[in-house]
Amino acid sequence: MESPRSENGGEGPAGISRRALLKGGALAAAAGGVAVLGGATLSTGQSRLRPRVEVPHLHGAGGGGPVADITPGGFDPTAFASEFDPGRVSTLPDGRTLREYDFVAQDREIEVAPGVWFPAWTYNGRVPGPTIRCTEGDRLRVRFANAGSHAHTIHFHGFHPANMDGVFEQVEPGGSFVYEFDADPFGLHLYHCHTTPLRRHIHKGLYGAFIVDPPGGRTPAREYVLVMNGFDTNFDNGNEFYSVNTVAFHYMRHPLPAVVGERVRLYVVNVLEFDLLNSLHVHANFFDVYRTGTRLEPDEFTDTVMFCQGERHVLELEFRHPGRIMFHAHQSEFAELGWMGFFDVRPA
Amino acid sequence: MSDRRSIRGPAVGFVLIVGLVGLLAFLLARGVGLERAAPPIEELTFDRIELPEPGRIVLHVMNGGIDPVTIHQAIVDDAVWAFTIEPDPTVGRLRRARVEIPYPWVEGEAHEIVLVSQTGVTFDAAIEVAAETPQATAGWFLRLGFLGLYVGVVPVALGLATYPFLSRLGPRGIDFVLALTVGLLVFLAIDTMAESLELAGEAAGALHAVELVWIVALATTVGLVAFTARRRARRGSISPEALAGFIALGIGIHNLGEGLAIGSALAVGAVGLGTFLVVGFTLHNVTEGIGIAAPLLRGNPRPVHFVGLALLAGGPAILGAWIGGFVFNPFWASVFLAVGAGAILQVVWEVGRLVVLRDVPGGAWRGEVLAGGALGLALMYATALLVPA
Repeated sequence: MESPRSENGGEGPAGISRRALLKGGALAAAAGGVAVLGGATLSTGQSRLRPRVEVPHLHGAGGGGPVADITPGGFDPTAFASEFDPGRVSTLPDGRTLREYDFVAQDREIEVAPGVWFPAWTYNGRVPGPTIRCTEGDRLRVRFANAGSHAHTIHFHGFHPANMDGVFEQVEPGGSFVYEFDADPFGLHLYHCHTTPLRRHIHKGLYGAFIVDPPGGRTPAREYVLVMNGFDTNFDNGNEFYSVNTVAFHYMRHPLPAVVGERVRLYVVNVLEFDLLNSLHVHANFFDVYRTGTRLEPDEFTDTVMFCQGERHVLELEFRHPGRIMFHAHQSEFAELGWMGFFDVRPA
Repeated sequence: MSDRRSIRGPAVGFVLIVGLVGLLAFLLARGVGLERAAPPIEELTFDRIELPEPGRIVLHVMNGGIDPVTIHQAIVDDAVWAFTIEPDPTVGRLRRARVEIPYPWVEGEAHEIVLVSQTGVTFDAAIEVAAETPQATAGWFLRLGFLGLYVGVVPVALGLATYPFLSRLGPRGIDFVLALTVGLLVFLAIDTMAESLELAGEAAGALHAVELVWIVALATTVGLVAFTARRRARRGSISPEALAGFIALGIGIHNLGEGLAIGSALAVGAVGLGTFLVVGFTLHNVTEGIGIAAPLLRGNPRPVHFVGLALLAGGPAILGAWIGGFVFNPFWASVFLAVGAGAILQVVWEVGRLVVLRDVPGGAWRGEVLAGGALGLALMYATALLVPA
């Protein structure tokens, strides 16, 4: 009765041990009954004081999705989805726009599913970091201070000099660095930490969306940023929870508003670690795909689009019918582990 | 001098106690200086998983770690699922909780359940073959009871029935059969202890079940050896009937373990496996009956002795089947089996004395003794092969 999945398995139904039966008699075995937490708590006192997540009694059929909601007052994925940070704007002597940002790397525990906390590394105390929004040709100046416990950098995608790449100029705890470069080319990009071990620095939360608008801007639309991520809460090099904008199932409980016939533009960035591919599927509708957002003509008209690690696309659609329209990764596992949400489409 | 000593004794004791209490109070209040370095160690064990009806999974968990564990999410087959936990999402040290998940499990297939704590630590349990957990109805109770009867009482009685044939044996033949019994019992002691240790490994870590079962087994052996030695000192000797009784008791506790295996296999719906277990254990247990009959060759047993011995050695299989089928707790099962292993070891000692301490030509290590012992081990091993292993 060892399942093929269990560690001492590998024996088929014929290789049943009497012990396994006794265990089975325990009505199934506790395969890994013991788990030891590997350095998951930053401050022990803090966890004790957290607000209690009320676990309601179930009525009716119950079903998929998490119990309860996240603690109020923390990171709000609803607000994040339509927050674009223009930076501190000023004009350079040559007439160009200068945008200045302050980024601080901080260790912080974040709630990734109701009641489940993750010891994250963050830019400005949140995951994902702020969504940078600028126009092609703008000058960007990002002052980066490292208040975390490990060395970090910011590596931006886009054109820039080699010494602005966030690879060689490691910023030790307490240190700082100023990144300065021109926003180029227009499109949907991302930024992330480029300190080794890379995978850990990225999956612990050091990433964000970096939107460079074309010189004339894009057409008017209701815009949302969706950063597809996941969290390995038990540090076994696999994600326990998947999501867009960090909190599992958030947009199931708090659907993103939309209106029939109104243009909706989605800036979708995939920063998922451990799993090679991610995807986005919108129910009952089709959308234009602008790959990396670097051209103004759509590349594809579809309802499902695939993303490699670090890949990102601008999607545009107009909902035809009102109601709750689901969107999720078409990897069912990711969807049911948190990467699933709704648009709340209201009549025009 | 003696006055001074009588005062000094309590004074020293008082200082020691005050010192110890003070140290403990200091450590509990101030910590041991390792708190920042050591994250909380969360541990949760699954005592029992039930599938009471289609669409419902019930888990009984216990916190065997040092820190409280707060369960905030449940994942079944890689899907986050709604659940309830009682009495509280926070399970204190050595506390238990009941988790209920309304999940549409599929008959005959495997499922994997993960509970996620507040700190993101995961605790995994597997349902190897999903089948509805039998409810405690009279019919099921009776069915399990009959199985225990087939596996325990009937084969032991059959083994005891060899007594008339054995009683025709000469002294060397009797030595052979007694040595064979020692072989059987050594195998059973090892088998029982192995089972006990495996179950102990499943029990919550804070209970230190592995250490405990060794102590329980040893204490049982020493206790019974001391008991029989004192009895022998008082009465001059142990009657063969009493010795057979001790053997039957040890084997009875061992058979309780076999009943547990069968009852729990059937409770998870592994009916085919249960049948295999029944056939295997039945053949296996006939040899146990021979072992119990062996010391009687030196006495004058009456029919009532045989009935009593068969019930004592075989009856616990019925009890085991009920326990395995309805309630099961790896911790108590491991302790029970350790008592059985200790009791069997004691009868190895007693029966061994009968064979080895006899003043006969050829000494302790006579050919028939060695051959009997080896055959006993071989016989048990061979019949054990019939049990799915």
